[in-house]
Amino acid sequence: MSKDIRIKKGLNINLVGAAEQTTSKAVLSNVYAINLNDFHGIMPKMLVKEGATVKAGEPIFYNKDVEEMKFVSPVSGELVEIVRGARRRILTLKIRANKSGEVVEHSTLNLASASAEDVKSQLLMSGCWPFIKQRPYDVVANPNVAPKAIFVSGYTTAPLAANLDYVLQGKEKELQAAITALATLTSGQIHVSVGSSNSPLSGLSGVTEHKVAGPHPAGLVGTQINKIDPVNKGEVVWTVNAQDLVIIGELLLTGKFNPQRTIALAGSAVKSPKYYTTTIGSEISTFLYGSGVSIENFRVINGDVLTGSKTSPEGYLGFYNNTVTVIPEGDDYEFFGWNKPIFNKISSTRAMTFSWLNPKKKYDLNTNTNGEHRAFVVTGAYEKVFPLDIYPMQLLKACMIKDLDEMEQLGLYEVAPEDFALTEFICISKQPHQQIIREGLDLLQKEIG
Amino acid sequence: MGLKNTLHNLKEKYKGKKMAPAFNAIHTFLYLPNETTHSGSHVRAADDLKRTMNTVIMALIPVLIFGMFNAGYQHYSAINGFPADFSLLNDFLTWDNFLVGLTTVLPLVIVSYVIGLAVEFIFAVIKGHEVEEGYLVTGMLVPLIVPIDTPLWMLAIAVIFGVVIGKEVFGGTGMNILNPALTIRAFLFFAYPTWMSGDKVWVHEAVERAGTADAISGETILGQLAQNTDASYSISDMFFGFIPGSVGETSTFLILLGGLFLIFTKIASWRIMLSAVIGALTMGLIFNGVVSADWISEGSKFYGLMSFEFWQHLLVGGLAFGIVYMATDPVTGSQTNKGKWYYGFFIGFISVLIRVFNPAYPEGVFLAILLMNVFAPTIDHYVVQSNVKKRLKRSNKATA
Repeated sequence: MSKDIRIKKGLNINLVGAAEQTTSKAVLSNVYAINLNDFHGIMPKMLVKEGATVKAGEPIFYNKDVEEMKFVSPVSGELVEIVRGARRRILTLKIRANKSGEVVEHSTLNLASASAEDVKSQLLMSGCWPFIKQRPYDVVANPNVAPKAIFVSGYTTAPLAANLDYVLQGKEKELQAAITALATLTSGQIHVSVGSSNSPLSGLSGVTEHKVAGPHPAGLVGTQINKIDPVNKGEVVWTVNAQDLVIIGELLLTGKFNPQRTIALAGSAVKSPKYYTTTIGSEISTFLYGSGVSIENFRVINGDVLTGSKTSPEGYLGFYNNTVTVIPEGDDYEFFGWNKPIFNKISSTRAMTFSWLNPKKKYDLNTNTNGEHRAFVVTGAYEKVFPLDIYPMQLLKACMIKDLDEMEQLGLYEVAPEDFALTEFICISKQPHQQIIREGLDLLQKEIG
Repeated sequence: MGLKNTLHNLKEKYKGKKMAPAFNAIHTFLYLPNETTHSGSHVRAADDLKRTMNTVIMALIPVLIFGMFNAGYQHYSAINGFPADFSLLNDFLTWDNFLVGLTTVLPLVIVSYVIGLAVEFIFAVIKGHEVEEGYLVTGMLVPLIVPIDTPLWMLAIAVIFGVVIGKEVFGGTGMNILNPALTIRAFLFFAYPTWMSGDKVWVHEAVERAGTADAISGETILGQLAQNTDASYSISDMFFGFIPGSVGETSTFLILLGGLFLIFTKIASWRIMLSAVIGALTMGLIFNGVVSADWISEGSKFYGLMSFEFWQHLLVGGLAFGIVYMATDPVTGSQTNKGKWYYGFFIGFISVLIRVFNPAYPEGVFLAILLMNVFAPTIDHYVVQSNVKKRLKRSNKATA
């Protein structure tokens, strides 16, 4: 059974600096880091002390709320530093790699006969579970609540994001293993969306395949959920990044947690943007300087320009990221920037902005907000880039005034912050949409659970 | 660049001080700020609120300039009679006409901006928020919707009232319920009714000359129709705007161009404009129908306006101006796309209704818009509820 999804509302943000389809091996990192901000809402409980030696795949901490959920070291080495923030909250764990290369080996599962409990405990103890996220709330999935369906998007539309068809080439075996295992965890279907039948994700067995077409955010899993099987109150769906299926699949097949992935290094500030094979938690400088940066004043983003988080060359590759983007900082003034005709920036209007003349043109955007924060004024603009059956501005306002009933009624259960990245991009009032939605989700989770 | 660095250093110096919003307002007028994104989307589209507001002002400039010429044209025509064979260059676009406009209209513009922005700056400093751009458009709309001889002190009081009560008490730009420019207009109308209507305020100096040997008449078309006299202007005069009226409302042609510009730039909602036109035509047709069905006699006091061709309603009075520039205000209008259809339709519909049934003051568009401003949240509520109900129904089906 297949259902096509065709999105009309949206906006493709064409940027210069797309990664060329060649892959290099990144230099091995000395220090690896686990950034706790990647796991929103998880309260960590440490299992090893500072200075302890760990193997690759050895649990370092667990989730205080679900003790079976372990988070493991990506490499073998020494836990050299626990970076803490305000109120001793753990921010980052740093592990200096050693040469031993010792790996924790789990027994492999017989996928054909494995039960849901087997799969679940295997994923939980091996450190693969956090790859599974859930909606509502866009957090690491709660293993004790079975989802009504699982969604995987195999189609990327985000600007400069890694091309999944390219990075997943030859991984069909791992993908299939992961899908087979995940299928035991839901009574519903596994929905996989692909751009074309050439995708490595196309033709997997045990899934419902959907063909997706249209501008961004067609490739976002939130858009696909909304079009295929929206989340209702009281329901849960899980989502897994296509690339993380490979790590899950490899664990199931070999018993080893191998957090390697091919990432795209892209952006206008990168001299030779291309793909790198590297490991989760690696220092970004290990591949960034391999390609070179062409300017002095730049920003490194863990992820794509719409949803990533700000980092630096000394930062580390995030747990969920398969793209690192480097773009110029925009911390400069522009004389009469608010009223002169604009040719070099993207705009959703035609108010003396001319990006509508040539929709295929690629732009070199920087991080300037192009205006100051204001109250919501303009109406009807968000709807043009927001394909979900939700009133975006009304939902944002409900989150801002913390009206739980309205948040629920207007569909907050269905969305993640990333779904509001495009409305944030075009927002004339420069409101922080993703942050508003994140805070709304946190509040709803706290109050309703 | 010297200026850039000087201003930057000043900005840093004033940061956190009380006067910072006032300084920043001027600074950001010169330079797009150096603010960068922190989280969320790291790149942003080019548009901001200043650009949006600026686009509306650009659409208003032709109307303003035409209004200046028309002020002089109406003034001299009232004294000397209308030129026999009218030529645009020799009779209308003349330096004399423009001079009258300049000396009457420009003070209105200056008072509107100076007083209004002063109030905005004071509130921004007191409340510690940035000066928002809403008044840039309001300040331009106000002189265009008042009679030309409005005393400046009246305008100043009305502007203070409109900005404070119409906007700032709700929290400033984006939070107001009523269109501030129309609030100002309504204040003028209800506070000084003898000044704001009748046949003496639409042409420069008509008031001063009233009762003297030099008395001139300057009735608007709607005023004539309300008294059951025929409109004494041709259709093309009405369309191109060589008629008496508020400063900016007369030229339907330029308003139409401004409206098309706003639609093309995607700044204003075409849904509101189109549905308002449909609404006005519908009501006009109903009244025409009443007349042709002989339900009212020629002696009726409504006869003049009811028998007025339905589509000509769009050419006279402030209806076109209201539809294009006022009804489309995104803050006070309906915010949902579906809601905009209802909102616009009723503005057109009620405008013509008020126009016909209130012969004392036959201009209904500003009251219609203010009325629909009040109802816009209700319209949106029902539109959004249909989405909520759909979600609830889906949810019930899933759990049943």
